[in-house]
Amino acid sequence: MPGLGTSFGRGGATTAQQDLVNADAILIIGSSMAEAHPVGFRWVVKAHEHGTLVIHVDPRFSRTSALADVWLPLRAGSDIVFLGGLVHYVLANHRDFHEYVVAYTNAPLLVREDFLGPEDLQGLFSGWQRDRQTYDTSSWQFETDENGRARSDPTLQHPRCVYQHLIRHFSRYTPEMVERVCGIPRDRFLEVADRYTSCSGPDRTATICYAVGLTQHSVGVQIIRTAAILQLLLGNVGRPGGGILALRGHASIQGSTDIPTLYDMLPGYLPMPIFGPESSTLGRYTVRTRTPTGMWRYFDAYIVSLLKAWYGDAATRENEFGFGWLPRISGDHSHQGYWLEMADGRMDGLFVMGQNPAVGAPNAALERRALAQLKWLVVRDMVEVETASFWKDSPEVTSGETSPDRIATEVFFFPAAGHAEKAGCFTNTQRLLQWHDDAVTAPGDCRSDAWFLFHLGRRLKTKAAADTQPANAGLRALTWDYPVAGPHDEPDIEAVLREINGRYVGSSLQLRGFHELVADGGTACGCWIYSGVFPTADDNRARHRQAKGAYGHGWGFAWPADRRILYNRASARPDGRPWSERKRLVWWDDAAAQWTGYDTPDFPRERPPEVGAMYDATESTASAARDLFAGATGGPFIMHADGLGWLWVANGLRDGPLPAHYEPLESPTVNALYGQQSNPVADRRERPDNPWAAIADPAFPHVLTTYRLTEHHTAGGMSRTLSRLAELQPALFCEISPELADAIDVANGERVRIVTARGKIEARALVTRRITPLTIAGRTIHQVALPWHFGQRGLVTGDIANDLIAMSEEPNVRIMESKALICRLEKLGSREAGEPGS
Amino acid sequence: MNSLLRRWPVIRQLLDGGDGTGVEAMTERTRTLGLRIADASVSRSICPYCAVGCGQLVFHRDGKLLAIEGDPESPISEGHLCPKGAATFELLTHAARETTVKYRAPHATDWQELDLETALDMVADRVWQTRARGFTVSRDGLPLMQCANIAHLGGATLDNEENYLIKKLFTGGLGMVAISNQARI
Repeated sequence: MPGLGTSFGRGGATTAQQDLVNADAILIIGSSMAEAHPVGFRWVVKAHEHGTLVIHVDPRFSRTSALADVWLPLRAGSDIVFLGGLVHYVLANHRDFHEYVVAYTNAPLLVREDFLGPEDLQGLFSGWQRDRQTYDTSSWQFETDENGRARSDPTLQHPRCVYQHLIRHFSRYTPEMVERVCGIPRDRFLEVADRYTSCSGPDRTATICYAVGLTQHSVGVQIIRTAAILQLLLGNVGRPGGGILALRGHASIQGSTDIPTLYDMLPGYLPMPIFGPESSTLGRYTVRTRTPTGMWRYFDAYIVSLLKAWYGDAATRENEFGFGWLPRISGDHSHQGYWLEMADGRMDGLFVMGQNPAVGAPNAALERRALAQLKWLVVRDMVEVETASFWKDSPEVTSGETSPDRIATEVFFFPAAGHAEKAGCFTNTQRLLQWHDDAVTAPGDCRSDAWFLFHLGRRLKTKAAADTQPANAGLRALTWDYPVAGPHDEPDIEAVLREINGRYVGSSLQLRGFHELVADGGTACGCWIYSGVFPTADDNRARHRQAKGAYGHGWGFAWPADRRILYNRASARPDGRPWSERKRLVWWDDAAAQWTGYDTPDFPRERPPEVGAMYDATESTASAARDLFAGATGGPFIMHADGLGWLWVANGLRDGPLPAHYEPLESPTVNALYGQQSNPVADRRERPDNPWAAIADPAFPHVLTTYRLTEHHTAGGMSRTLSRLAELQPALFCEISPELADAIDVANGERVRIVTARGKIEARALVTRRITPLTIAGRTIHQVALPWHFGQRGLVTGDIANDLIAMSEEPNVRIMESKALICRLEKLGSREAGEPGS
Repeated sequence: MNSLLRRWPVIRQLLDGGDGTGVEAMTERTRTLGLRIADASVSRSICPYCAVGCGQLVFHRDGKLLAIEGDPESPISEGHLCPKGAATFELLTHAARETTVKYRAPHATDWQELDLETALDMVADRVWQTRARGFTVSRDGLPLMQCANIAHLGGATLDNEENYLIKKLFTGGLGMVAISNQARI
């Protein structure tokens, strides 16, 4: 997420699940960790048993809340006000970790004089271009001196320094505002604020855990930013028991962003070239991304090594290593972006591998109708998911809206191998690459996705060899010669991981890590941040299974360079000594003249600390050994050119350098903080098949939010066909409070209809005190919580919750807002009710 | 007669002093039962559901899966699995799992069978023909190298190596840009 990426430098959890036992406080928000990540939650329970304060903030009382010290229910979509309220509390009560903030964050830097913020512009930041619906970010930049260096004030008193901007910006986020917008009583908020912020400082740390309850919002990235600001102010990043633990929901969802099956990035967080003059040559593209200091200084080595891995000997200095063969992005090619093109008949073919958008994607009815516009569809999965069968049993076919004979899409279903039938590695929620063996051969026609891709690629390369058009030059050059083995000619997966790790060109010597990468074509590397996972031809570190120490070194491989706690140089003072004995993690060893500790240092090992290390963006150490550049500024956030944690994000975000609360795109209330109602840069993708309700629309008085059950997984493809899981959670239901049940005269277990501007579904009412009405701006607001795993296939079936959700795009990552919308509930008479258990 | 009486469990328990809950209550079959996984091969694995990354031990014999359990040596999960993780043996072995290729022709009302290699040939042909229609080498004199009419979805449930092959073949080879998965970054 750019929320983490812009704040700290890398888009991954900063910490490890086991490190939660070192926390003095754990704030779980936007996640029911006990239910969606039960085994990871063991570490919270262990911490709690040792006295760690556990706070759960969520619309729903769940098993997470039951094991926490405090549960605060809040209105879905008000998270920036809650977290911003904590930031305000820290600043107003001087609870920040001053020495850490001055040394390791950009709090002292001065912002340009022409910057204006939401306080001045009724919720907008300066640079808003109404006609283009974008920000010109020039006024968000720092004021620089004659050498181009940002001016700073280490006393944090200058009215334009970031610290003072924070004080002003968050002055609105008072306990009274938290009560009014979130529905959390002022006194309860203040108690939690005091207890959480008391657990930080030189000898105390606190962790924030979140999941998609924070991210699936039209302000999702800025919610994470607020959490990051809070943790930086409290000095909680890079330290044991600190940080932010992003809880990912799929086995390798972190891996699938590191090696992105996403449209706007290349492996290792390199940007895809964008159509236009700036990406017309490798040189121009590199200049755009390279920074003078920090790890992006070596951007040219990363991209050239990737091109060498992909195009092999055909990638030469003369042809810019094949850079010209890469496609350029030229618009919104994201899931929702291209799906709308599909709905409009502008997409011909689609591959779906291990995903079930007919159930799992926002506005699922629109998604299904769009599938019928395709010429051909390939689905690879272990069962016939709803995406594969849409043409014969979708709700649109069942209702008679369409029929198979009217759907022209040609569909190929390929049965997939399971995880124990193929070798490979997943990257878990803490950036840990863990290998799984191919224990047995997959049955029948079941094959790995690697098999499918490899043999499809072979066929396509054969076609390209006979067709020398310029369009096929990259495909002809593509290295695609992995050895095959076994009864099914499965490609050798370790050969693929060796390529990802990288090697010296013209040699079988593997790279020991990304510090060996060069930009002259001498190294080939498929994903630079994974380099080191396969340091010699027979040493697959993802397969290591000898865990040692508190962080499990020797078990798997954590990117980057097996560092388990990111930015861990921040666990030491600027002079290299630990902040306290209790929170010792990585420190400078004078005798050995290197960094040492319980974790691999996330810092050049031999670069000495500078007493009072301060911001310095010059290239003064240009003559030093190359890997020292990463720490050229002395700051622990080595991905950032300035080495600092970014309280203020001058570059990299589309909707503001600081988070501002905007109401969800569909909200039961007007924005109490600013005149600006919703995120001005978010895109509703509004159209007849993706309609929206008005603000505070009386037809939809309740807040709707969705969540996961322990016993089902995402869109159900891996759970609804399994007997035990199906028996444990046999039917769709919605959780509502007794007060709402009374208001619509529904008893527990009776069926209700849930209606939004997009559609309507039916579910059983689970009337429970786990949901409580909230008082928002003096008005009672009810919340409806709905699991989203059900569809029409499998042992247990139910209506598709995502038919209620709108497509929408948060401006930075184009994530949909599925955690806060508005709905109404209708009681169903027995005559209207569907089949029990359906 | 004496030996006949001794075969009666109650008499046997009285004479041997057992309380009826120990080995004296077992049948011969129960007494000789061994672990189903006693002589099985064990492979190391990782749970395929959420991203906690619990360790799994996969027990198998003669190419057949026998059981999947939590791996007690995992520093993350220490042998534990949640209800989904504990169901992974069924995930791989349940009756509704598809093991053959299925093909649905345009406007057809049902699936038909198709040979795996034939199906892959057909997909390669579709990709080749479709891409030829949707590929743009350059626009306004600037390189585009883009295939705009084929899309991909999925990756978060796949292996890193598979994501790599998707990105390499589809983007690096075919010029596809409409690539997405469950993640938003």
